[in-house]
Parts: sequence; C-alpha cells; structure tokens
Amino acid sequence: MSETKTGWTRDEMAARAAKELQNGFYVNLGIGIPTLVANHIPDGVDVTLQSENGMLGMGPFPYAGEEDPDLINAGKQTITTLPKSSFFDSAASFAMIRGGHIDLSILGAMEVSENGDIANWMIPGKMVKGMGGAMDLVAGVKRCIALFDHTNKRGESKFLKACTLPLTGQNCIDMVITDHGVFERDDGQKRFRLKELAPNITLEEVQSKTEANVIWSS
Amino acid sequence: MSHKVYDTAAAALKDLPFDGMTVMSGGFGLCGIAENLIAALRDSGVKDLTMISNNAGVDGFGLGQLLERRQIKKMLSSYVGENKEFERQYLSGELELEFNPQGTLAERIRAGGAGIPGFYTKTGVGTLVAEGKEHKKFHGETYLMETGLTADLSIIKAWKGDTEGNLIFKATARNFSPLMATAGKITVAEVDELVAPGELDPNFIHTPGIFVQRIVQATCEKRIENLTLRERSPS
Repeated sequence: MSETKTGWTRDEMAARAAKELQNGFYVNLGIGIPTLVANHIPDGVDVTLQSENGMLGMGPFPYAGEEDPDLINAGKQTITTLPKSSFFDSAASFAMIRGGHIDLSILGAMEVSENGDIANWMIPGKMVKGMGGAMDLVAGVKRCIALFDHTNKRGESKFLKACTLPLTGQNCIDMVITDHGVFERDDGQKRFRLKELAPNITLEEVQSKTEANVIWSS
Repeated sequence: MSHKVYDTAAAALKDLPFDGMTVMSGGFGLCGIAENLIAALRDSGVKDLTMISNNAGVDGFGLGQLLERRQIKKMLSSYVGENKEFERQYLSGELELEFNPQGTLAERIRAGGAGIPGFYTKTGVGTLVAEGKEHKKFHGETYLMETGLTADLSIIKAWKGDTEGNLIFKATARNFSPLMATAGKITVAEVDELVAPGELDPNFIHTPGIFVQRIVQATCEKRIENLTLRERSPS
C-alpha cells in the first residue's frame, strides 16, 4: 500500500528555492535547509555563493584528505575554493551584506509574519546561541527568501499575522517557501500572495494551516 | 632581530595581562584563533576578562580554556552555542553575555580601530538589539547608532608574518583578525611562518606592521570543528 506524498520534503523545498537563482547572482545561503539549495542550482545558471566568514565563490566539500582547517563556511564545515574564489575580512564581508551588494539571501525561519517580519534566532527561556549574521542579512540583502516548515510540531501555523518570538528583522522577507507552497509579495508595501501549491496540498488545507492574511487568488 | 619578535607566546604576553582588561580574540569558530596566545593568557591567571570574540570556542579548546578557569566575566559575541561550559556559566549568571549581530560586531571593531566612535546601521532595527539605542532617519529609512570598540589587547593569528609585523592571512582564517589588529592598544600576532622583511610581497600584505606590536612564531593544532567531506564518485 503506497501512501500519497503530500507537500515538499526539505530537499524539494531547497530545489524550489533554487529556481529563484538567476545567472550572475551573488547569494548567501543560511545554515540548515538553505544549505541544500547549493545542490540544486539549475544547469546554465552561474551563481557565486558568499560565506559570511569571509569568502566569495564557495566550492564543494573537500574529498577526504584534502580538507583544510583554515577553509570553512559559516556553518564551520570544511569547504573548497573555485577558480573565481576570493577571501576577505569580516568587515568587507558584511559590507557586501549590509551595503546591498548581495542579490539574494535564503534563510531558515522559526516564524514569518504577513508583513514580512522574520524571527529565527531566539526562543525566550531557552539557551540562546546568538543571531550570527542573520540580522545583517535580512537588513541588508536586496531580496530575502524564508524557507521553513509551514507548521510547528503541534500543527500550528508558523506563517503568522505577527511574530510571537523576538524578531530578526522587520518587513524584510520577500518570498516564503514552506513544505506547503510558495508565497510572494512584490514589495514591502504589499501582502503575500499564494504563488504555488506543493504537490497534493489543497487550497483548503493550506488556508486552514495559515494564520497570515494572504491573498489566495492569483 | 626586530624588537617586535618574541620567542614564545608566554613571553609575548608576559607583562600585558591585568584583571578586568578587555581582550579581542580573532577567529571564526576555531578557524584562525590564536591558540598559543589564548593558552598563554589562560596560564597568566588573569581574571575578570571582557572578551570580544565572534564565538566562544568549544569545551576545553579556544576560549573554552579561559571559560573553564572562570577567567571571563563578560563575552561580546554574535554566536556562541558550541560550548556546554559556556551555557552553564551563562544560565547560572556567572557570565555576562552581550550579543551583537556579526556585521555590527565587525563594523564596531573596524570603527574603533579607525578612530570612529559611532556609526548608524539598519541591522537590528525593530529587534531587541535596538533597545536603548539612538535611532535616526536617513533618506526616509530608520537606522540605529552603534559604537566603536577598542581593546586593551588583541590576540590574533596569521599565516605569514615578518619581523616588522606585516601579516598575511590564509583563506577564511582571516575573518576578524585584521580588524582586531587595528582596535587593540597592543596587538600580539602568532604566525605559522615568521620571515625576514622583504620575504613578503608588499602588494599582498593584509595587515601592515603598524597595527602589530608583538609577533611570535607558533605551531597551531588547527582543530576542525565540523569536518564535512564529499564522496569520491566511482570512476
């Protein structure tokens, strides 16, 4: 007996996000599901991945024996260079991010609100690890895509009218990709609009699981 | 031999530590940390340190060594989380912690080293980071004021250095170190390779020697925090 699969897996969410990459883009991928986007860059699309610890042109993970402790990504994973790679200090790295030079940031989220606020760094009462570069990315990058599961473990919407957790940034998310579908808004003044449903997800289902006030018709 | 050169990390730090001092420590995770200078600072027995460092090391390594001996009073970081002893001390109230967005932290250090006491940034507007800070509108957008940072001492790690203190960093081990070199009243650098003046091409110096007061050659363990490999595809 085969079960009908509903929605996207994490890898499929990453693949969907990868469709937003355009030729020539400089892109920063967050830790977690966004990292998987690198595995799905469409053929013929040339993007340069930025790592906020000081690298442009991030290459793949090294083969065993070729790892270099001086060469890591922002998740502290060992990586490699490409012919186009460059290294720089943290101030230059965040000049790229805060100065609006990065075309696209894809990041994970705990909550996103209907006006584009994002919370992804802190749960009050729990040990807080810190925001790292997330606040800089959402404040400075031209276009930000949030990638997260549509609901939490209790089945409650994570796409909300207003975030309940401490914010990472205000009015900064341009596109939401969840396991249920894709939502987009053209600019910071507009509401999100349902753009695409994931396989075997009905409109009624996603509506029942979404607290945010979304435009449902295209 | 240049007056900047010391034989050991301990000798380079000998007369510098004092209780309650502020120290900047280079590195991102364990990548590019001044392992030998951190160990020498630990061995000096100095207490009540305010440490400015993007991360806090791991248990027993990097700044974890100073945490274990309760030598740190306050940390200024963007991301901690890889360290159980850190968590214990923080949750019990023994350790103060000030989170800075990573770009704000980098820019505060850069500004401090460049004699800039404050600057405005969009990062953190509308978040906990903005609480109590001056806000100002530029071109219709709201920014918040952050202050420059300096330190009594910066300890950094470079790849190659000459006896004049000119430094070249390797790959992503550069991160915060060139900024911290400018912001320390005294900056001590440990290098994998110490060479004579003229052996480094002046076109490729990352940190000019004016920012480095002391230099020591030292061997680093260079622990890898998150070894990630790819499979060789069968040929």
